[in-house]
Amino acid sequence: MKRETMVRAEGLRKIYGGREVVRDVSFEVGQGECFGILGPNGAGKTTTLRCCLGLTLPDGGRLELGGRPVPLDARRARYRVGVVPQFDNLDPDFTVTENLVMFARYFDIPAREARARVPRLLEFAGLGDRGDSRLDSLSGGMKRRLTLARALVNDPDILFLDEPTTGLDPQARHLIWDGLKRLVAEGKTLILTTHFMDEAERLCNRLCVMDSGSIIALDTPRNLIDTLIEPIVIEVYGDGAGAWARGLSPGSVDRLEITGETAFCYLHDPVALLELARATTSLKLLRRAANLEDVFIKLTGRYIRD
Amino acid sequence: MNLRCLHLVQRNFLVWRKLMLPSLIGNLADPLIYLVGLGFGLGALVGTIDGRPYVTFLAGGMLCYSTLNSASAEALYSAFSRLKVQRTWEGILHAPMTIADVVIGEWLWAGVKSTLSGTAILIVMYALGIVHGFQPLWVLPVLLLVGLAFAGIALVVTSVSKSYDLFTYYFTLLVTPMGFVSGVFFPLHQLPVLAQKIAWVLPLSHATSLARGITLGDPMPRPFLSALVLVAYGLAGLALAAHIAKRRLTR
Repeated sequence: MKRETMVRAEGLRKIYGGREVVRDVSFEVGQGECFGILGPNGAGKTTTLRCCLGLTLPDGGRLELGGRPVPLDARRARYRVGVVPQFDNLDPDFTVTENLVMFARYFDIPAREARARVPRLLEFAGLGDRGDSRLDSLSGGMKRRLTLARALVNDPDILFLDEPTTGLDPQARHLIWDGLKRLVAEGKTLILTTHFMDEAERLCNRLCVMDSGSIIALDTPRNLIDTLIEPIVIEVYGDGAGAWARGLSPGSVDRLEITGETAFCYLHDPVALLELARATTSLKLLRRAANLEDVFIKLTGRYIRD
Repeated sequence: MNLRCLHLVQRNFLVWRKLMLPSLIGNLADPLIYLVGLGFGLGALVGTIDGRPYVTFLAGGMLCYSTLNSASAEALYSAFSRLKVQRTWEGILHAPMTIADVVIGEWLWAGVKSTLSGTAILIVMYALGIVHGFQPLWVLPVLLLVGLAFAGIALVVTSVSKSYDLFTYYFTLLVTPMGFVSGVFFPLHQLPVLAQKIAWVLPLSHATSLARGITLGDPMPRPFLSALVLVAYGLAGLALAAHIAKRRLTR
């Protein structure tokens, strides 16, 4: 049985003031998948999500959401969709429960039915005893979980999450991750943007890396690591690490990146280099397997984006 | 036309209900202070207008002016908070609601809420013995039209605003002068002919004409035209505001 395609983008383009912020972006997300969009700030992740939801009008390309053409039929497509936006837009004038019930009304869900759904949603969000709390009494993590609960009020098939854990402490992030894993296990389709590589590696079946509006890589996290980067990284730091690395002979590493006083040596066989580095006692060494962050940095560079 | 806009009316009503008491006191106190302060204070100097105490004349104008102020405040400051500061609109648009649904909902809500402000003045008029019987109650639908007219205009301003600053200009440069040329505080026929002509282009003079006609029995020169002007301002403002908001938010 072929899985239903929940989100399809073909040649999506968006131009702001003559600058192309989304360029020829194409991807498909099947039912039950967790699809990640990674990229530095300003890569076009949020604009891509907003276009898929029909909230921003694209300048080119074709979009489908839950089988419906977007933006033409976006409003109806959104009956099956939940959204966790980058910045919370909970209703500060309402309590926790009132936020959920009122949001359900926007989906034409009767108030009585909405109230019946509240206990399960609160439990899912770990807010079981906070139903009557005012919004300003909630912590940042609690608000984020309430936003996630609110996105589930219509029991959506597709969830869009724009940086769902940015600004949260590790405990709060793990709570959100557990929730998202449960949702994927229930068969829901997730599309999330993030710049946390561990988050993407943990949650996503497939992901793409965006930079300057384009998708520059798209695969499973494992395949991206296996195909795009050398398997082993030796980080060399400490006094004189930069100078030491610059003096290495060309053949001793496959690829070398130096930032400040840390040298990242990417290679297939670490033995010779480890021996060489240990001979200089002022250097400190960290040997590890290459991960998604290395792929990301290789693809998008080390310079700061604003 | 669909009923989705009523979800937003319901939302605003539920929030308003929480703050109802201070809101009602404000609704009542502000115009009451004007009515008593100007009506009896200035009224002692003015004497009578068209053979009636000044406070009676003023009350007829305050019905509309109070409604105007309430509609404007709601569709400017409160709506802008929901559009920009609290991101309430953004959240609602993630649901199966359109920008038009949201703008129509704000428009209806501001119209209904401001009618309450006008109603408060009407109650005071009954209490002061300025009006009697059932006939003056026919002004209530007119007040709704007044509220919707000024809510529509205000929503246009809201939809183009980047911050609250523009609203101060709107009040000082448009609303206040309009109040002076529209027969709220003194009769229109005291103005130069040119100013009178300008006044009849503005919605507020039509509003005060209708309100005084219904509550005080003054002659209404063109009642149906006046109602039509109010409807036209309201609908044109609404349509323009929805159009601008859509362009602004779907960029």
